[in-house]
Amino acid sequence: MEKPLTGRMRSDGEPVDLQEYERAGGYQAIQKALGRMTPKQVQEEVQRSNLRGRGGAGFGTGLKWSFVPIGPDAPRPKYVVCNADEMEPGTFKDRLLMERDPHQLIEGIILTSYAVEAEVAYLFLRGEYTLAEDTLARAISDAYRAGYWGRNIAGTGYNLDLYLHTSAGRYICGEETALLNALEGKRANPRAKPPFPPVVGLWGKPTVINNVETLCNVPHIIRNGADWFRALSRSPDGGTKLFGASGRVKRPGIWELPMGVTIREVIEEPAGGMQDGYALRGLQPGGASTDFLTTEHLDVALDFNSIAKVGSRLGTGTMIILDDRTCPVGMTLNLTHFFAQESCGWCTPCWAGLSWCEQILAAIEKGNGRSEDLGHLEFQTRFFGLGNTFCALAPGAAEPIQSALKYFRQDFQKHIDEKRCPWKG
Amino acid sequence: MATVYIDGNRHDADAKQNMLHVSLSLGYDLPFFCWHPAMGSIGACRQCAVKQFKDEKDTKGRLVMACLTPALEDTRISIADQEAQEFRAAIIEGLMLHHPHDCPVCDEGGECHLQDMTYLTGHAYRRYRFQKRTYRNQFLGPFVNHEMNRCIQCYRCVRFYRGYAGEHDLNSFSIHHTVYFGRHEDGILESEFSGNLAEVCPTGVFTDRTLGQHYTRKWDQTYAPSICHSCGVGCNISPGQRDGIVRRILNRYNHEVNGYFICDRGRFSYEYVNSPERIRAPLVRRGDEREVIEKDEAVKIFAEMLGSGEDVIGIGSPRASLEANFALRALVGADRFFSGFSTGEQRLIELMLSIMQTVHVPSLREVEACDAVLILGEDVTNVAARMALALRQSARREPQKKALAARVPLWDDLGVRQVTGDAIGPVFIAFPCATRLDDVAEATYRGRPDQIAQFGYAVAAAIHSGAPPANTDASAQALVKRIAEALRTAERPLVVSGATLRNEAIIGAAANIVYALEREGRSAGLAFTMPEANTCGLGLMRARALEEALESRVQYGTVVILENDLYRRATAAIVDEFLARAGNVVVLDQVNTRTAARANLVLPVASFAESAGTLVNFESRAQRFFPVLPPSDVQESWRWITDVATRRGEFGSWNSLDDVTAAVEQEMPIFRGITAAAPPSSYRIAGEKIPRQPHRYSGRTATLVNISIHEPPPPDDPDSPLAYSMEGYTYKAPASALPFLWAPGWNSARALLKFQEEINGPLRGGPVGIRLIRGDRRGAPEFFSGAPEPVNAPERRWLAVPIYHLFGSDELTHWAPAISSLAPQPYVAVNERAGFRDGAPVAFQSDGATQTAVIKIRSEIPDGVAAVPAGLRETETLRLPAWISIEAI
Repeated sequence: MEKPLTGRMRSDGEPVDLQEYERAGGYQAIQKALGRMTPKQVQEEVQRSNLRGRGGAGFGTGLKWSFVPIGPDAPRPKYVVCNADEMEPGTFKDRLLMERDPHQLIEGIILTSYAVEAEVAYLFLRGEYTLAEDTLARAISDAYRAGYWGRNIAGTGYNLDLYLHTSAGRYICGEETALLNALEGKRANPRAKPPFPPVVGLWGKPTVINNVETLCNVPHIIRNGADWFRALSRSPDGGTKLFGASGRVKRPGIWELPMGVTIREVIEEPAGGMQDGYALRGLQPGGASTDFLTTEHLDVALDFNSIAKVGSRLGTGTMIILDDRTCPVGMTLNLTHFFAQESCGWCTPCWAGLSWCEQILAAIEKGNGRSEDLGHLEFQTRFFGLGNTFCALAPGAAEPIQSALKYFRQDFQKHIDEKRCPWKG
Repeated sequence: MATVYIDGNRHDADAKQNMLHVSLSLGYDLPFFCWHPAMGSIGACRQCAVKQFKDEKDTKGRLVMACLTPALEDTRISIADQEAQEFRAAIIEGLMLHHPHDCPVCDEGGECHLQDMTYLTGHAYRRYRFQKRTYRNQFLGPFVNHEMNRCIQCYRCVRFYRGYAGEHDLNSFSIHHTVYFGRHEDGILESEFSGNLAEVCPTGVFTDRTLGQHYTRKWDQTYAPSICHSCGVGCNISPGQRDGIVRRILNRYNHEVNGYFICDRGRFSYEYVNSPERIRAPLVRRGDEREVIEKDEAVKIFAEMLGSGEDVIGIGSPRASLEANFALRALVGADRFFSGFSTGEQRLIELMLSIMQTVHVPSLREVEACDAVLILGEDVTNVAARMALALRQSARREPQKKALAARVPLWDDLGVRQVTGDAIGPVFIAFPCATRLDDVAEATYRGRPDQIAQFGYAVAAAIHSGAPPANTDASAQALVKRIAEALRTAERPLVVSGATLRNEAIIGAAANIVYALEREGRSAGLAFTMPEANTCGLGLMRARALEEALESRVQYGTVVILENDLYRRATAAIVDEFLARAGNVVVLDQVNTRTAARANLVLPVASFAESAGTLVNFESRAQRFFPVLPPSDVQESWRWITDVATRRGEFGSWNSLDDVTAAVEQEMPIFRGITAAAPPSSYRIAGEKIPRQPHRYSGRTATLVNISIHEPPPPDDPDSPLAYSMEGYTYKAPASALPFLWAPGWNSARALLKFQEEINGPLRGGPVGIRLIRGDRRGAPEFFSGAPEPVNAPERRWLAVPIYHLFGSDELTHWAPAISSLAPQPYVAVNERAGFRDGAPVAFQSDGATQTAVIKIRSEIPDGVAAVPAGLRETETLRLPAWISIEAI
């Protein structure tokens, strides 16, 4: 099985350095694209590959690029921003890519910048990822010395500046437009959409914002072609994907697998199944802001559309596993605490609704729940659900609450009836 | 225009607007918080959610925010939709989770937008059972009180303070449900417009601190339509009083002038009305003593002092009404009526007025729409603050064109700012030192007044080759070209200037620039600031200059001084000599000024809060103000003069303000139309006068019961169509006579939207103010000839130029404690090359008098220039500009 994203990674945990990366075919895509392809052709190849954004929303990468004005009349400068503000609880896939194979990302950024004719690229990195910061800083500097970015890249006349920016550290900075505000030194509130970043982005200029994993796929698509990329996948979504599992499985971790593997395959094979004495109760397929699924969904394929069909989202592809000895109310409270804390405070449903939900969940967990609380929680999840808020934070936060109420309702009811958490003796 | 449907009703709508704007304009009650008519939509509060339907057949629809929904053709929304109503109720419930419900002890109670919206959405029962979040409040200075627990996170405060007024020391901190709106630390708010926070805030986070010191509920105050007397902009205001104490000033919307906002000097100036320094009774000097006398006796003495009238002169005042000035003029005769402007000022004002006949003078609404501005020799923020706020908006016009090009509608405040960023349009400022508008200036020019004049002439010459050339230093040439190009290519270029620097050539240069633009086929505006409330009106009277009287050496029998402290108009030596020379000095004034202290007879004059009259603002807009306090012995100047004239058997038919106003109009053609500035005193709605008191006014039968158990009749008011009563109708009142705003369900200042023809449009009910100068002599006026050659500074001498302070330079606000607490101490500002240390005590000489001050180092001031604050309390008046020497002491 091909593992273009992780195949080169060293077993000793050290990052792949420039020479190793080059030896493995690295930076050849730059030679190919900048030398022989027009930006439009690069875009078309990526569009044909059916690469969908790996940040969680699954938007077509090539389609996103195509919104950027191209040509001599386009506003300048244009920007590419790599969203490396990975902060969703349970998600740690970008970290692996940045700590272990930084040049793959840098090459992806350069290719993407070329594809949209951007002059400047920013790598917006989660502040706490200090190891990735060191690794990337070194790799960026090595790549510069090797002439892969800067003036006249690979003798083609194309110029690109690349900056590494570390975030001051809030989850909302990963929302792509809040990220732009943060990068501009402003309060990290999400922006109005429209206008969308490909048209009006950083400092008012066209900007493409892509997730780390998305960008890491680009060099391989360019080097090997869209058909090769699509063939990697078992589903209409092209390529491989980093899938992860955390919780009480035998081998929690991150693995590169074809798009479209089933949940069961991930849990049983690389993750090694549940730890002894624990049974699987439910799981969030794609990080903290995705709806719970349960044992009945284990044979669902992990691709954007299949997961959506059963009422959840592929998200970041990193599962959080709920076992039978962990309180689902406590887990939901923990997740909601995170989202309530990270609400930027802009729109009322989010800042008011989430903090209230957190308090209700805390009350239920402590045995102070009331019978009307469940109906109220359900109402709140609709209240700050999709379409009613300014950005996707609260609708994402609603997903674990609404699905927990659906699948684990008897546990909530038991807390309320017994006025205690049954898991806490 | 677009056809839209709201709850099935078909309407014509402005397609450039959003559906909240449209719904409110059409009279629908759709609740909102974060949207503001002057600041647009941001989609934060989600309170204006409505159901939108794709087409006629769509019955399901989806929730959208009306404020973010463009009013495009065939837009269909429902406000009444069940799901939308439930959502809006949930929003209010969310906003109220942490609100302290302290309405009974909150200054906003009774005029609170949050209260109104809570009622409107029907939220009545509290389900939240957990602890509320609390905050520590901050000291924000003398104007604004801070009570963060009440905050609902609508972001209006910071959007106004930062985005609209351009100041930076108020911000939003922290996140989720504990966003904190305040300063980084306790301290006085730096914006000159901070008082607007009290009206912008939908609840009681920011309230009027001065009101808090003598608090009365909105419904318990008596209001009047008034005009701010603090400068020449002529903002419309509503003072509120109870028990004879003026409690506060509210903005009174006039879409051509102040719109939704006024400056802090205007808002807090009222405090002087309540000052113990006010003259409350006539005073006559007997020997060294001043005695309080009865009104009748005062009129008798006044009449005697006038004698035959032969050797009587009158000195008018730019801070008194047209009627007051005109009455004095009528009393003493036009040839013995002197204007009362400061030395050297009258010439400049008459020059500005004559130029205004030949150009288009924009209203502030038009100023806001200008897309290229040159401010030539004026510090607008300190002289005409509200105009500076308008200019701040002009600076956004050019960048906004980019937003329109990106198809972002202008009401989409976030979207527009995403496109424009911090970009500013072409605004240029030429002034000797830094001004508060420099942050929106693309470039500034620093120079002495004569250099600024040369600079202006050079700009004119660069626009049109026929304009007289000028000698600007080579370093300024590039900037001259840049400004000329910006003005020439703008859609609505504007030049702003004024008399601050006392330089005729600057005013001529400003005119030349506009003339040059007109010759190039561009339609340009020219706005001159006017320093005082009626500078323009008095200037139009074409009275003789005060200098003529002061320096004439004539022995006048009696000098009648109208609302004017001559010690602020000329140097003390000149005024001392003048007053000593006069046989009798009669002063009519509001406070005990230095001039009043020298008078033989002092007549207590009504402040703006006690009087009616007409003022003419910088654009020559005549506007009427009406009293909020009932009649007393303190009466209008024109009434004192009428009283004495009547006693002498003169101007027999003046019984009320209407008679005086009519006489002004009849006598002086330039003032034709002023009677129409407001309805006459005979105006009635359904047989009733317009009530000054809200219908919930309490205590009518009780407040005076300790004096008499009989309820007194409301005081008579022969001068206005308003009554000191709660009976009558305000809803249909003419715009110029609207004392306060209230509409069913709308108790807050937001009731305004029920009085506007449409949002941001004019008030229903006629014009507000009458323009006297209409620029009819436009065409191709002759250019002013070039400026005099710049002079070289003598060795170790500095050209002292006056610098105005919004808080400190205005005379009457010296007696307003909150404002005067912010006035600077006397200083002389020079650059570091002058060889003084910052803070060093110095003495400087001008006109033979010596003054002391401390040095303020301001490195942007050009060599050879010293900036001296004008009009501070208890400082001597200098004849500026003047060459001074500065010595360390």
